[in-house]
Amino acid sequence: MGLSACGGGDDSAASTTVRVTLANHVWTENIKKALPEFEKQTGLKVEITQLGEDQLSDQYNVKLNAGSSDIDVMMYRPLQEGKLFAKNKYLADLSDEVKSNKDWDFSDFQAGPVTATSYEDKAVGVPIITEQEVLYYRKDLLAKAGLTAPPKTLDELKTAAAKIKAADPGMAGFVARTGKSPAVTQFSSFLYSFGGDFVDSSGKATVNSEPAKQAYAYYGGLLKDHGPANVSTDMSWPEAMAIFTQGKAAFYTEANSLYKNATDPAKSKVSDTVGFAPFPAGPAGSKPYNIPSWALGINDNSENQSNAWKFVEWATSKEQTLAQQKSGVPGARASVWANPEGTATYPKDLVEAIAASTKEGVGHDRPLVNKVAQAREIVGQPIVDAIAGKDAAAAADTANEAFQKFLDDEAK
Amino acid sequence: MAAVTTPTRPPRRATETPDTPAWARWANDHRKWLFAAPAMAFVAALIIFPLAWTGYLSLTDAEGSVRAESEFVGFQNYVEVLSDTDRFWPAVGRTAGFTVVALLFEVVLGMAVALLLWRPFRGQKWVRVAILMPLVATPVAVGMMWRLIFDPNIGLANQALGWIGIGPQPWLAGQHSALPTTIFIDVWQWTPMVVLILLAGLTSLSDEPQEAARIDGASAWQRFRHVTLPLVMPTVVVAILLRGIDALKTFDILYATKGRGGGSFHEVETLNVYAYGLSFDYNEYGISSTVLIIFFLIIIGSMWALTSRRKESQR
Repeated sequence: MGLSACGGGDDSAASTTVRVTLANHVWTENIKKALPEFEKQTGLKVEITQLGEDQLSDQYNVKLNAGSSDIDVMMYRPLQEGKLFAKNKYLADLSDEVKSNKDWDFSDFQAGPVTATSYEDKAVGVPIITEQEVLYYRKDLLAKAGLTAPPKTLDELKTAAAKIKAADPGMAGFVARTGKSPAVTQFSSFLYSFGGDFVDSSGKATVNSEPAKQAYAYYGGLLKDHGPANVSTDMSWPEAMAIFTQGKAAFYTEANSLYKNATDPAKSKVSDTVGFAPFPAGPAGSKPYNIPSWALGINDNSENQSNAWKFVEWATSKEQTLAQQKSGVPGARASVWANPEGTATYPKDLVEAIAASTKEGVGHDRPLVNKVAQAREIVGQPIVDAIAGKDAAAAADTANEAFQKFLDDEAK
Repeated sequence: MAAVTTPTRPPRRATETPDTPAWARWANDHRKWLFAAPAMAFVAALIIFPLAWTGYLSLTDAEGSVRAESEFVGFQNYVEVLSDTDRFWPAVGRTAGFTVVALLFEVVLGMAVALLLWRPFRGQKWVRVAILMPLVATPVAVGMMWRLIFDPNIGLANQALGWIGIGPQPWLAGQHSALPTTIFIDVWQWTPMVVLILLAGLTSLSDEPQEAARIDGASAWQRFRHVTLPLVMPTVVVAILLRGIDALKTFDILYATKGRGGGSFHEVETLNVYAYGLSFDYNEYGISSTVLIIFFLIIIGSMWALTSRRKESQR
């Protein structure tokens, strides 16, 4: 086996069992099915722990904090906790490993995702899943409302949502995440498309800029006026997706990586009438995020780093990435996207929407800071205030002040 | 000349002779400590050490990672937390409100149900089993279940209200209805425990005072008010004590129904939920430990207040 040993030193005593912690995701289901192949190839045994997103994060906080060595490979969110984990030295430096195998080819990974999985110019993870925000819509409801094409701009989206809700008050014109923190990532595309961002180029908080205020008011207003009846301010994607797939909403903006939930007849009542479109353009054009949502890293405290790398290398290989992408998980390998086989199983309109998103996409969907969870709560406050019918502009001013203080504290 | 002998300790036991080795004698002398040592080590490792560590962390500015370097900041965290009217004091208020209201409903309802179940009747066994059902369910599962039932758009609760002509309610989704709804869930789950405790107390009472009161012509209410209640009071205090401490610490139901931070407006954020968020969302271990220590003192304080009440009522 042409693999160099990891920085872990003497691996002769390393266990032949690789302990892998993964999130509940389609990617994980696919990799579990392919595992016997890897175990046969290498003679290693893989032990998988599978957890929900929040539980996964808590598990890392507890175990990595305690310096535990009983996690070898970890699936993590580069934009959410990557910076913190790297700073805390939880993630092993993989700079040598990623260069060790020409066939595996690290240069094949898209530049944006690679940047997000690097820390101080060192590779600390390998991206496995990428995401762009797209518009999910119901073709039948559109036709019923006399519209021939999905909305191309945010203005058109609002008009169409209003029209559909007015015709049937039990039907939401639009649904999206409403929870203070969960909504931030999907709101980001609205923010960028109005011409705003969370911080400016000099690192100053800008969530009360004019475009940001407009974006908050637009997103919150759309949900308040044309969203589901009794809209809560706690929805993350499972709740919002449920409303859409129960046939109770016409439009839904969400990450493309979740599209199978809407098109799979076993999960969705509207599977045959779902359409996809690029993110509608705002005053600054259509600017959805384009990000790596998950990556694999190796626990720096693992005593089994060399075997752990074998798993990472296999799970992120061209073959696995292609297999994953064929079953609906968008990956980060350029060669797989260039391969017609890599996009053959996607709905045609979704492929077009993704292509459009990757062209104009923004590389982050939340503030790029150490304490992301805290930052999300701060910049998410005006979203929920707007949904609750409060003054979005005033909320944005308050949030900006708190966010600037947060940034100053973190820079200390 | 008298022989000079070093004074030796007279043997305490028949088995102990002057030849007994020193270690055995020492072990014999300290046997009550020796036997208790494993238990004491266990308590030290599992209770005292974490508590002391939390106490230490509450005096530092630890954040990001517990292993990262942190500075000793004295009582700065305490000043910061106690002057925080944004999250901390509202959380204290919610914790107290949640506990008092839930406890009130649970004890009153629990007493009513226990009185109904007190006297034997047909099918009593089945009724008792049915009543105990919520108690054996995992709180997180209970939270998830009620979250589905109370979903404002596709939940059963609003559908049921629709059948009897009442419009949909926001339940957990509403900014002001969320806390009362979680209290309802807590009451649903924990009233059976109070029933169980009170029933045990009631069945242990002797029949004579009741009989005497009945002969004196006391009504059912008078008998309850002046005979049963005073007699069963010690058990009621035990129920309040046990359930009260649990209610103060409630976490799972709140987390399972409203998630992190107790909802987008912190509608149901109690001290426990707040401290959890500080640790696991914000990685602010210093501040989080401070909140937990203060919370610990609040629990100890309320326990002390309740037990001293109990002693009074027994006097």
